[in-house]
Amino acid sequence: MKLYNEPSPLETRVISKRFGTQNSWRVDTYLATGGMQAFKKACEMTQDQIIDEVKASSLRGRGGAGFPTGMKWSFVPRQSELPKYIVVNADESEPGTCKDRLLMEHDPIQMVEGILIAAKAVGASKGWVYIRGEYRYLIDHMDAVLKECYERNLLGKNILGTGFDFDLYTQTGAGAYECGEESALLESLEGKRGVPRIRPPFPAVSGAFQCPTVLNNVETFSTVPAILNGGGKWYADLGTPRNGGTRLVCLAGHVNKPGVYEVPLGMNMMYFLNEIGGGMLGGRKLKAIIPGGSSCPILSAEECDVAMDYDTMAKAGTMLGSGGMMVMDETTDMVKVALRIMRFYNHESCGWCIPCREGTTWLRKMLARIVDGNGAARDVDLIGDLAQSMLGRTFCPLGDAAALPTISLIKKWRPEFEAYVAKNPFASTELVQVA
Amino acid sequence: MTFSPQLEARFAELLTHYPEGRQRGALIPMLMYAQDEVGAVTQELMEELAKRLGITTLQVDEVTGYYSMLHKKPQGKYHVQVCTNVACMLRGGAELYDHACKKLNLGHKQTAADGKFSLEEVECIGACSWAPAIQVNYDFHHEVTTGKLDEILEGLK
Repeated sequence: MKLYNEPSPLETRVISKRFGTQNSWRVDTYLATGGMQAFKKACEMTQDQIIDEVKASSLRGRGGAGFPTGMKWSFVPRQSELPKYIVVNADESEPGTCKDRLLMEHDPIQMVEGILIAAKAVGASKGWVYIRGEYRYLIDHMDAVLKECYERNLLGKNILGTGFDFDLYTQTGAGAYECGEESALLESLEGKRGVPRIRPPFPAVSGAFQCPTVLNNVETFSTVPAILNGGGKWYADLGTPRNGGTRLVCLAGHVNKPGVYEVPLGMNMMYFLNEIGGGMLGGRKLKAIIPGGSSCPILSAEECDVAMDYDTMAKAGTMLGSGGMMVMDETTDMVKVALRIMRFYNHESCGWCIPCREGTTWLRKMLARIVDGNGAARDVDLIGDLAQSMLGRTFCPLGDAAALPTISLIKKWRPEFEAYVAKNPFASTELVQVA
Repeated sequence: MTFSPQLEARFAELLTHYPEGRQRGALIPMLMYAQDEVGAVTQELMEELAKRLGITTLQVDEVTGYYSMLHKKPQGKYHVQVCTNVACMLRGGAELYDHACKKLNLGHKQTAADGKFSLEEVECIGACSWAPAIQVNYDFHHEVTTGKLDEILEGLK
């Protein structure tokens, strides 16, 4: 299977090491290149030992929230009459993100092995890979991969003679960003509208079909075999303290070599941009970077000389998110970026709770009237205030996801918003027609 | 309502995936796969799936209304979806969408009278590093220019 972009020699390829090699998704290739060794190892370990190894790796969820994976697994109750499930979040919908696609295209059995290890660690018997509906080619591909895994006894009864049974299925989404939020995903898996659940209880206690469930991103599961093979400490040492290992970064926007690259956590963002990403397109000047999907606060050029790990990014007031990095040059109109981001969140708001449903609608309308030349002077403050008042007041993080980039845009590029407003001769009039 | 033997086999297999009594889990996959065959989520289809899963037609309807890929009216034989979200926008996605509108003489979510093409401006389709991207039905096309878009559309018979 061909790669969509050339790999870089500066990558640290742990989970992408099989990318682009011949038949990398086939069972034979996987077994011939060290596959299933980690699962066999896990079968010799106790549940606690597996979870401790993952904890030692300091692996944090690669879907966006960055929650420590080992800790998440440890929340699943040991003594439970209920069956336990594994759910893989392959709903990859955060704007800027296109990495889980590659993991499933090129090395799907690595993910399957990670799922089996998680299943072993918590005692789960069944799992689903929830893939966004737009990725139909990938669902068909995964169906073929799972079929081969069953035929070769990597799934099903008594897997590879270990006495362990596990069933894994694909499940298609049908077009809803909100279903990337874990509790909305579980609703969708149960055949309902994808609206979030109130928590607690968390999925570890009451998840899919109200049973204890481990729910992780594709990349998180795909990383687990390497951790068991190399040891938690080895993996952790690839990154920075508390920010273990490597991750896939999806580089997009105004750069010479956009693409998906695997780099150790803690790599400097400007080094990544210039050395791996080939620098700015057309030699133009950097203006801003969205570091990890469109729900992250946006960094101005001066703030981009920063280490790409969870803790450093948090200190810089933003997030590593889902790894979707979008680079913008000096020609970018930040007001139009703000509007495009808000149009997305407004479209995708599930409507379940009011601050998000109404907030994204009003923010979209106000941003649209600024771009259309009808903005009022007070709108700039009003946008900032409204976004601020959405923070932390919604059932799920979608409200925050809409508010955070907006707040950062207004704060850092305020003159651009004001310049739009200044062009409106009626900007200071109190009565402004609402778009 | 009758479906092809292939779809019936797919349904039968799907229904084995869920815990006992929780077969409603199959609803969204059933809607997606049936829509491909029927061409749209018709009233008849919703009634049929409701009957098979032991839920009400209204429950099927509210699910259908929620998801952007489920549609009650037929789309064109070739459903052209142009992404204009941020990553694509930075690489000319909006201009590409405008070009598609002119070329096909269609607007957002419109279908041509002869039923050959329909057009939709879509949100992020997960091809950000190879932007701008479009999907025609389920096929991805990466790094699409206006010239390449013309070629793709003219190649569809």
